[in-house]
Amino acid sequence: MANLRDGLEKKTLTTLVSSKAIGRIDKWIDKYPLEQKKSAVMAALRIAQEENQGYLTTELMNAVAQYLGMPNIAVYEVATFYSMYEHKPIGKYQICVCNSISCMLNESEELFHYLQERLGVKPGEVTQDGRFSIKEVECLGACTGAPMVMIGKEYYENLTHEKMDKILESLN
Amino acid sequence: MANEVCFKNMHLDRPWTLETYQSSGGYSVLKKILREKTPAAEIIDELKTSVLRGRGGAGFPTGLKWSFMRRDEPGQKYIVCNSDEGEPGTCKDRDVLRYNPHALVEGMAIAGYTIGASIGYNYIRGEFWEPYERMEAAIEEAKAAGLLGKDILGSGFDFDLYNHLGAGAYICGEETALLESLEGKKGQPRFKPPFPAGFGLYGKPTTINNTESLASVPEILSQGGKWFVDIGKPSAGGSKLFSVSGHVNKPGNYEIPLGTPFRELLELAGGVRNGRKLKACIVGGSSVPVLPGELIMDVDMDYDALMEAGTLLGSGGVIIMDDTTCMVKVLENLSHFYMSESCGQCTPCREGTGWLARIIHRVEKGQGEMADLDRLEDIAEKVGGNFYKRQGGRTICALGDAASMPVLSFLKHFRKEFEYHIEHKRCMVRS
Ligand SMILES: Cc1cc2nc3c(=O)[nH]c(=O)nc-3n(C[C@H](O)[C@H](O)[C@H](O)COP(=O)(O)O)c2cc1C
Ligand code: FES
Repeated sequence: MANLRDGLEKKTLTTLVSSKAIGRIDKWIDKYPLEQKKSAVMAALRIAQEENQGYLTTELMNAVAQYLGMPNIAVYEVATFYSMYEHKPIGKYQICVCNSISCMLNESEELFHYLQERLGVKPGEVTQDGRFSIKEVECLGACTGAPMVMIGKEYYENLTHEKMDKILESLN
Repeated sequence: MANEVCFKNMHLDRPWTLETYQSSGGYSVLKKILREKTPAAEIIDELKTSVLRGRGGAGFPTGLKWSFMRRDEPGQKYIVCNSDEGEPGTCKDRDVLRYNPHALVEGMAIAGYTIGASIGYNYIRGEFWEPYERMEAAIEEAKAAGLLGKDILGSGFDFDLYNHLGAGAYICGEETALLESLEGKKGQPRFKPPFPAGFGLYGKPTTINNTESLASVPEILSQGGKWFVDIGKPSAGGSKLFSVSGHVNKPGNYEIPLGTPFRELLELAGGVRNGRKLKACIVGGSSVPVLPGELIMDVDMDYDALMEAGTLLGSGGVIIMDDTTCMVKVLENLSHFYMSESCGQCTPCREGTGWLARIIHRVEKGQGEMADLDRLEDIAEKVGGNFYKRQGGRTICALGDAASMPVLSFLKHFRKEFEYHIEHKRCMVRS
């Protein structure tokens, strides 16, 4: 049952994310001039997303807006413009497969299909155990290691299907 | 004459540490400048002598760019480094950040001193976590050693340097989109003028340079502008990083003198994979015109020679395609990229990149008609001008030009393959 007070109650960022996360966000705010707190919005959204199993909600975005003194809409604009922000649940491990030219010339399409088959999910879906999701992304700037994927913060390069299998097995 | 500038320390143990960097003379230029209070004009002259041209893609002379800043006018100024590296085929800045972060720190501090900026930001693409951590560590080390911060080495010069992380958007590599993004907004390019030197970050005078450009500065000033220009060509000094990817035996980043024949670079990269024939090459990142193998083999890798051969040096992303490559498929891939990455601000680019991608997709699938090929050329010209007629695009930034050049060049050199797809409803190469 949905809580009827959802949407009415405005939660602050400090109640939605850990104090450690707030500390990290504050460090980012310190990098910019006092009156330019909003420069920290990209970092704040990333950290908030990390604290929420990898995706953003309206509640989180509103709380970020309030924390940085920005209009909600300005935060939505940022959160929907950049490809690294997610707005739906993703797997514990999201596999971002580069589909751009150097990777394509090195069979990234085949790798992408292989992953879908092996994990039984299409882009945008999450495996039943919640562990994996797949996403097609544009050039990740590791073209000399094609084909490559990014999982979390790690790059994995020069992949073959066997290598990919081993990587999947090593994650848990 | 390889690995003399940005990759100078590549062979050393843990080249990213302060200790290693200093062991090969790192930070001596910054120290000397601060000690001797070298006039900014002298530094700029040395850079002009070196003929260092911007390594981000446009090739604008760095010394000239720095001279646009009114150093002694009051008010905050900024130096911003563009580490957003997103041009398909290009991954050199990633290695500068990972293996030589202190060269960038020193280069940015020198830039700050020269243009009168006490604050620098290094905008790193959001996916570059490992490079970001290397840069963070380098900044911490430099701070602890008193090489960054307030009153550096008692010189009275303050310089604080911060890394900023992006979040996935090719367009933020365009310098004014980058500034917007740094200000906490969508990365949509600004109208120019005003140029960043007058109205940049937070409306303050700002210089933006590529990672490789800035990381080259310490070595240039250490060895002298003359030394640098002599490595390369009179019109393009120094050595440059090239990312060689695609169908080669040894893909990788190679630092070679500008003006090196393409053939030698290909050899360095181990030649075409499986001993196959070179069919085509895109030498400057995905945005520049493609050249058939026979037209590139004997060309020198520098701005003028590549221009004469019908392409651009761009970002130095050298994409090698062997004779099994379907050019229709490759163009489909490139056009999809520009459609995805158009920021949506200018109508010709937002709509045109979609039209281009959809039409090429249907041609690739064997569902196109001959008139589509003229249509593609027409749309490409309307989005991004015509490289061959030296006409620029009609949009705020050059993403439109970048989307147009592949289309026009693929059709110019490989039209037969497109016609075959349409006529036979299948691929000429793969069938
Ligand atoms: C669509 C687009 C993407 C760009 N991407 C990058 C990039 O990733 N890195 C970069 O240094 N320059 C990029 N540039 C070029 C920058 O606008 C700018 O010219 C450059 O950072 C200036 O530095 P430089 O003079 O040292 O080369 C891009 C330009 C456009 C139009
Ligand atoms: S093309 Fe895949 S990393 Fe650049």
